[in-house]
Amino acid sequence: MMETTYQKPSAQGYYGKFGGAYIPEMLHRNVEELQSRYLDIMSDAAFQKEFRALLKDYVGRPTPLFYAKRLSKQFNTNIWLKREDLCHTGAHKINNTVGQILLAERLGKKRIIAETGAGQHGVATATVCALKGVECIVYMGEKDIERQAPNVARMKMLGAKVVPATSGSKTLKDATNEAIRDWINNPNDTHYIIGSVVGPHPYPDMVAKFQSVISEEMRWQLKEHTGTDLPTHVMACVGGGSNAAGAFYHFLDELSVQLIAVEAAGHGVNSGMSAATTQLGKPGILHGSKSLLMQTADGQVVEPHSISAGLDYPGIGPMHANLFDSGRGIFLSATDEEALAAAFEVSKLEGIIPALETAHAFAVLHNHPFKTDDQVIICLSGRGDKDLATYMNHL
Amino acid sequence: MSRIKDLFERKSNRVLNVYCTAGYPQLNSTLDVMKALQDNGADLIELGMPYSDPLADGPVIQHSSTIALANGMTIETLFAQLKDARKEINVPIILMGYMNPVLQYGFERFCKEAAAVGVDGLILPDLPEYEFETEYGAIIKANGLDFIFLVTPETSEERIKKLDSLSTGFLYAVSSSSTTGSDKNMTDVNAYLQKLKAMQLNNPVLVGFGIKDKQTFDTACAHANGAIIGTAYIKALEGTNNVAATTKAFLEGVLK
Repeated sequence: MMETTYQKPSAQGYYGKFGGAYIPEMLHRNVEELQSRYLDIMSDAAFQKEFRALLKDYVGRPTPLFYAKRLSKQFNTNIWLKREDLCHTGAHKINNTVGQILLAERLGKKRIIAETGAGQHGVATATVCALKGVECIVYMGEKDIERQAPNVARMKMLGAKVVPATSGSKTLKDATNEAIRDWINNPNDTHYIIGSVVGPHPYPDMVAKFQSVISEEMRWQLKEHTGTDLPTHVMACVGGGSNAAGAFYHFLDELSVQLIAVEAAGHGVNSGMSAATTQLGKPGILHGSKSLLMQTADGQVVEPHSISAGLDYPGIGPMHANLFDSGRGIFLSATDEEALAAAFEVSKLEGIIPALETAHAFAVLHNHPFKTDDQVIICLSGRGDKDLATYMNHL
Repeated sequence: MSRIKDLFERKSNRVLNVYCTAGYPQLNSTLDVMKALQDNGADLIELGMPYSDPLADGPVIQHSSTIALANGMTIETLFAQLKDARKEINVPIILMGYMNPVLQYGFERFCKEAAAVGVDGLILPDLPEYEFETEYGAIIKANGLDFIFLVTPETSEERIKKLDSLSTGFLYAVSSSSTTGSDKNMTDVNAYLQKLKAMQLNNPVLVGFGIKDKQTFDTACAHANGAIIGTAYIKALEGTNNVAATTKAFLEGVLK
């Protein structure tokens, strides 16, 4: 058995107790193909060259690591912002879709499917499909299509077909179900670009690896600025957990670095309207992996709530479940109100309007004390343009 | 000998397994459905345990699960309903469902109680073979339950052999790459079923997905030991106020 670390899952895709590939036989061939080939493809020199070139020239990497002077003063510590909001399409999601479209090309797949909640991953997928001239179908909950009209328009303009998920709660969870069903029905020509570190093995590891460029850059950038490549803390918001996985990745086995994940508490962890999976979830299986899952006593999946559609997911990636379970990660939460207040605070103090998802990470600065000589990196995962309709109601 | 094995020793052709979601159309219709199926020629009964996120199922079975859950169906309720089922039901009973509700119930407790109420076998499509071999298979076996794996037209010959060796009762041959109830015609189903037949597997083979009437049932039975009907029966039950009459008419249409 392969040794596992916080970073590296077992051969079967387990991080501690969490992970695996709980899939019906109809998906076996495609998932097995990915399992057996993703590491070889990703470590291939030509692949890496093309991936790195696109990250640089198309996505706009490296993204800056910015010392947030006024925010640092406000909280009497040192706060660095990793500017993923400056990526093409406005969020970190594109790091993964660039990687997966290149992988799909090498697997000979001609058709791309994806799920999306707020629409950021859908836009990032539609973008790389346009870049490569590949057919793109995005599943999106019927309710989210109504709530996120601008991103639906962007996807359509980019040439993607947006298919409403009308089953169940008609949100991200159900869009993911529909995408998986599409993959079952199209086993030969289709690659499924999952947007987060969820799904059956190898997706959690594969997506984390594509997003790990975030922490790779953090290390050398922090060293350039301060002379040391290890911060004291790295903070990120967590829904499924892709920006957090990328921000934590190269620090996972550096035990001096505290990893702080911030979940969406919605109206409050115990309000019945929350998405704080580690606080409310129990071990369970959803979308092909065993992780922590918000569910009823009978094992039916519960619909979460968050003001930010990107954190509105009843599960969490198995890597994060293991960080929580083992105590390696610190899991905090912020309510809708706290996130909104933080979005306005960061906008005014630093001239950066963050996405509502990202605002959750900033919100906990108020109740998690830092020392004056701490070096805290916050992953600023996305920009707030998509959330203007919500922000406008609170001006 | 298990009831399923016994069935296939007596009957090796045109074996009919019919699926129905437990608690559908009404919470308490489970036993009426089972009786009607047995009385009208079903050789096995597959009861679906409803789940909020049934990945392998198409819209019809999904919808029946949503209704069953809204009716209040749980594993606990199902076991209570099945407590006296064996007084009237002689055909093998299989429980089909997804792993999460079973895990929450407690896997070992689930197997024990299933066996205690007279369940014969399990189909859990998202229980992978690795976890079956390392963790769950022994518990299933210790409770005397059969476990049925699925194979599809995409499953390699080597893997079919492996899944056959792990299965007891029968092997579930999915007719095409699809979710349940798809309209895909059973392309190349003959070649695929002939391949399975030529492999001389340990288990009898029942064909499922896309079997909806006499014609598709006959096609499946030409090369396999029988077939499984789900979606078409759920559709027939929708809105009925007479489960017995609806089931009789439906099965007559398939078996005549």
